[in-house]
Amino acid sequence: MSNEIAPQSSDDLDITDDTEAQENAAALKAEYKELAVQGLWKNNPGLVQLLGLCPLLAVTSTVTNALGLGLATMLVLICSNVTVSAIRHWVPKEIRIPIFVLIIAAFVTCVQLLMNAFTYGIYQSLGIFLPLIVTNCAIIGRAEAYASKNPIKQSAFDGLMMGLGFAIILILLGVIREILGQGTLFDGANLLLGDWASVLRIEVMQLDSQFLLAILPPGAFIAMGILIALKNAIDSYIKSKEVIDTEQVIERVRVNFDS
Amino acid sequence: MAFWIASSPHNHNHTKTPNLMRLVIYATLPGVLAQWYFFGWGNLIHIGIAMTTAIISEFTVLSLRKKPISHELFDGSAFLTALLIGICLPALAPWWVTVIGTMFAIVIVKQLYGGLGHNPFNPAMAGYVMLLVSFPLQMTLWQPPLTLVAVDLNFTNTLTTILTGFTVEGYSVEQVRTSIDGITMATPLDTLKTNTGLGLTVLESIKNPVFGENLALGWEWVNAGFLLGGIFLIARKAIAWQTPVSFLISLFICSFIGYSISPDSSASTMFHWLSGATMLGAFFILTDPVTGATSNKGRIIVGLLAGLLVYLIRTAGGYPDGVAFAVLLCNMSAPLIDQYTRPRTYGHIKGDK
Repeated sequence: MSNEIAPQSSDDLDITDDTEAQENAAALKAEYKELAVQGLWKNNPGLVQLLGLCPLLAVTSTVTNALGLGLATMLVLICSNVTVSAIRHWVPKEIRIPIFVLIIAAFVTCVQLLMNAFTYGIYQSLGIFLPLIVTNCAIIGRAEAYASKNPIKQSAFDGLMMGLGFAIILILLGVIREILGQGTLFDGANLLLGDWASVLRIEVMQLDSQFLLAILPPGAFIAMGILIALKNAIDSYIKSKEVIDTEQVIERVRVNFDS
Repeated sequence: MAFWIASSPHNHNHTKTPNLMRLVIYATLPGVLAQWYFFGWGNLIHIGIAMTTAIISEFTVLSLRKKPISHELFDGSAFLTALLIGICLPALAPWWVTVIGTMFAIVIVKQLYGGLGHNPFNPAMAGYVMLLVSFPLQMTLWQPPLTLVAVDLNFTNTLTTILTGFTVEGYSVEQVRTSIDGITMATPLDTLKTNTGLGLTVLESIKNPVFGENLALGWEWVNAGFLLGGIFLIARKAIAWQTPVSFLISLFICSFIGYSISPDSSASTMFHWLSGATMLGAFFILTDPVTGATSNKGRIIVGLLAGLLVYLIRTAGGYPDGVAFAVLLCNMSAPLIDQYTRPRTYGHIKGDK
């Protein structure tokens, strides 16, 4: 973002331009990489920020529902990030929150009407949680924390990564709960993806009776807790390996009383 | 000779966890024997399955957590949890119900919270409630007392029913539970609830054979057995007397009020005491030293609350018996009750912090 520095002399103009462009590209690449890592792992809205828990726990009883809500949230997140970023120079700081909410509500309405028109079954099974995307803290959080300060492209990418991270957790929870609860996968996928998708339905195991706990909200809490524990375990494993690596290079620092 | 000065408490109780657990396990014997006499081998088989599962899951989790295995595996708490689950389950429930319930109790309710002493909920009751919520059909496969069953339920028959769902002769669980008249028999509490819902009075309901001649055929003796074991535990000072006494008094008062207001639609006080899981809950589950309240006043409050909850769930709730739910709700409120019933520190004035 420091590309407005004027060149000092005409001689080294080409060289500075080249290196600057290279530096800029490298910085941009690093920024994109950082956004992806943050959205998918380090700052995952589902696992780390614990934002949007209400839909996360309520609608993940099947993979189809989770996929539907994940896609809807991702779409809203990308669109709202782009819009917020595009108008960021003209929004007065004092009233930015109501403006963000209005933008998000507009996109949620669009998504809701689209789903009502094209995927009516999933629209019905998501119920109130589709319009409730407006109140999903992950979306307004990204608008406030990132999109309102950064250019359009990065904001769009940030929305994509955050939405993807959220959707992956939704789908993971949906997979766990659907297998434990009904023994199937992608049950009712035709409601979301059209009639061809009914072949996607997989009978993982034959259950005599449904395991209701996995389908009911308590099962979502337990599965979510186990997922978070798993993520923390992986993180601490990585950290412990890093510590061993750095321990080999011990630098001695002399502390003298004069300094 | 140096005079060794130690701070209080000076009077130590040298009972160790395994001894206490063993004592509690012995104390359940009269109740378990009564259950075996009236309802057959079902619960003993479930206890066996539950104990095997408990040992395996406890061993797995302890080795994952790198804990001293021999020390914690044989402290008896896992055995007690398994025993309580085995006692609580319907005698003819399928085997996997026990396995899932025990695994949930040991792995999630007990070990994931940090093991014995750190669990906020009673593992046996949390496992039981999980089963009740998850498998409503299997968890209502209550078997009527042996004297009412037309099929000869010996050990092999019960074992094959639990493992496969059919007796050796090929009778299904439903057929075993059906009386000669072709009516499925349930527990007395269940029958009473259904009949009251249908508009029958209590006097009309208790003509059903599952009530027997007194209060609840078989169940009264099972409860008497657990009462005996509980009194033994109190006499040995293994459990505090405050919780069971206040629980039973509270249940008595609640059912007495209900009975005096409308005797036609409320069961008698003694029926509430001697049917379902009342005595088991009073002496063996509410008195859990980990999940219950710790002060004497707190124990009395927990007992009163549990009695009220059991009565409310039995009369107004969706389930016929409510001891398990009441215990979990009391576990949840125990820390708060402890907070407000701190005993006065010796030497401090009342109200002085």
